[in-house]
Amino acid sequence: MSAIPDVELVAPGHGACAGCSCILTMRHALKALGKDVIISMATGCMEVSTSPYPYTSWRVPWIHAAFENAAAVASGVARALKVLGKSHVKSVAIAGDGGTADIGLQALSGAVERGENILYICYDNEAYMNTGIQRSGVTPFGAWTTTTPVGKVSRGADRPKKDLPAIMVAHGAPYVATASVAYIPDFINKVKKAAAINGPTYIHVNASCVPGWRIESERAIEIPRLAVLTGAWVLYEVENGKLNVTFKPKRRPISDYLKTQGRFRHLTEQEIAEIQRRVDEQCKRFGIE
Amino acid sequence: MKQLLDGNEAAALAAKLARVKVISAYPITPQTTVVEHLADFVANGELDAEFMKVESEHSAMSACIGAAATGVRTFTATSSQGLMLMSEMLFVASGLRLPIVMTNANRSLSAPLSIWCDQQDSMAVRDSGWVQLYCENNQEILDTTLQAFKIAEEMLLPVMVCYDGYILSHTAEPVDVLEQAEVDEFLPPYKYPYPLDPENPVTMGPVGVPEYYMEFRYMLQKAMRASQKEIVKVGKEFKKKFGRGDGLVERYHSDDAKIILLTIGSLSSSAKDIVDRYRKRGEKIGLVRVRSFRPFPVGELIDAIGHAKAVAVVEKDVSLGSAGGLFLDAAASFINVEPAPLMLNFICGLAGRDVSPLQIREAVREAAKAAESGKVKHAVKWLGLREKLVGLEK
Repeated sequence: MSAIPDVELVAPGHGACAGCSCILTMRHALKALGKDVIISMATGCMEVSTSPYPYTSWRVPWIHAAFENAAAVASGVARALKVLGKSHVKSVAIAGDGGTADIGLQALSGAVERGENILYICYDNEAYMNTGIQRSGVTPFGAWTTTTPVGKVSRGADRPKKDLPAIMVAHGAPYVATASVAYIPDFINKVKKAAAINGPTYIHVNASCVPGWRIESERAIEIPRLAVLTGAWVLYEVENGKLNVTFKPKRRPISDYLKTQGRFRHLTEQEIAEIQRRVDEQCKRFGIE
Repeated sequence: MKQLLDGNEAAALAAKLARVKVISAYPITPQTTVVEHLADFVANGELDAEFMKVESEHSAMSACIGAAATGVRTFTATSSQGLMLMSEMLFVASGLRLPIVMTNANRSLSAPLSIWCDQQDSMAVRDSGWVQLYCENNQEILDTTLQAFKIAEEMLLPVMVCYDGYILSHTAEPVDVLEQAEVDEFLPPYKYPYPLDPENPVTMGPVGVPEYYMEFRYMLQKAMRASQKEIVKVGKEFKKKFGRGDGLVERYHSDDAKIILLTIGSLSSSAKDIVDRYRKRGEKIGLVRVRSFRPFPVGELIDAIGHAKAVAVVEKDVSLGSAGGLFLDAAASFINVEPAPLMLNFICGLAGRDVSPLQIREAVREAAKAAESGKVKHAVKWLGLREKLVGLEK
């Protein structure tokens, strides 16, 4: 376990919500990366809350161009750095789950397939939170969002979470990892490891959203930790195709996680049992009992 | 040295001579051979650049944005649907004030699908904050693309060099290709004043809150207007060095003309031929060609065509639900100006349909009729239309 660096490259005074755990992933990613980075950020919560002109929270060079192209902008940055001979500077793309799994997937796929020297970090709060809690391709099964409402004929999201890290592994990326805002030392280790690799690397970090998950702000870390402890979110890394599960919890029942959040409040015992079955299946694949 | 080059080769050679460092492009007809040539230059070691084979035009422009912001000279090329796909990023490139240069081989837009030439594509993005320069021939493609880098980097504005697909992109003409040393003298190395650099961190592309957004747009508009002077200045400098060059508009037998054809792009060459024939018969017909469509040279245009009795704006594009793009801007130039010439718009040559001498003569005749009667019967007319197919057969 590495010590958490003291350096603060994401300045306080940003506009993220009270209890926002996504901004904590930014803060700790930058602690791991250090100052020699150029951040290309997609439109989203982290972008709007950190850059209302004339203010900025970024003590590192930072560019925002649009929603779906962080990977492409970061690719251009990486090539320019190569031209300039600045091999000590890392090009890092950061986007939310919508900007990665949905609208940004094409640019990400292209960048990884081309072997661009970029680190891509997806902060996954499991819906379009910046526009007000709409379902994304990685919203989990059963979750309420404003576009997967709970009504007479609808029970929340009816599709499972798109497995984005697996898609990145299938691209042959030399390093792919999952992480959680509740396991910061693990996250920092992974960011450091990924940034040191010359090539496309990908980290998918699960982070809670207080208004989107319908949770109390003081539980913004406890609840994503429960995601890991119940096996709903698995912490692992795939290095050159080799899987390493970085934390194997002694599993707790999925209801411990679901019952903490308003977005799952409507679920019946039967539906929870179905989610438990899916989680069991997932954990089996990762060798988690 | 004169070489036989098609328009795409001229564009690629210009990018090479400009020593671009990052090329990010995606193939699309009829632009494709631009990037093929550049790929060859890089593969042969003739051009020391990063060649990014991106997965779309959207990413092509996005990567140019990232690279230009980091501090290197960038280039891309596209056409038609590709320009449409990257249109979101065109506005971002100009909003971020990044001096990206792009050539666009003009091609029509779907649907129906067509790979042939007209200028609907670049006209559709005329509001994107890009300087748009239109070329008449392959020599101009080479010269204008080189000038574009200088204009872009001086003004911190992206520049789009437009030339007609196939008519220029795939037609070979003798082109005087400048020596590398001459170009190096004309075009200094790329220098961007606020690059993304960890030693001096900047935030680019912030949220423009209502208290500031308008000022950003005002500054961009101001830069666009001011780029007129820079286009003229760079054109003069180029002419002094290489003996060729044009300003914002080109005048062709127009100073004493009662009837003027107003054109853009390669159509101008065909129309000049017609002007010559009228002139031989002693008829005072002239032509004015718009080279800079954005910024639109209002003052120069008034100066160039204001004395005419009637102006026939002949163009290969249409703003659907309104009229031709060139016509609209030309007509708007004369608002609050008196006297103003009568103005007629002729839409022709869409999707590669041949614009015949007869069509141009028809435009001249209609303009002459208007000049004589003082009245315009139809402000907008389509030339070369198969009238039977659209139920207009008399």
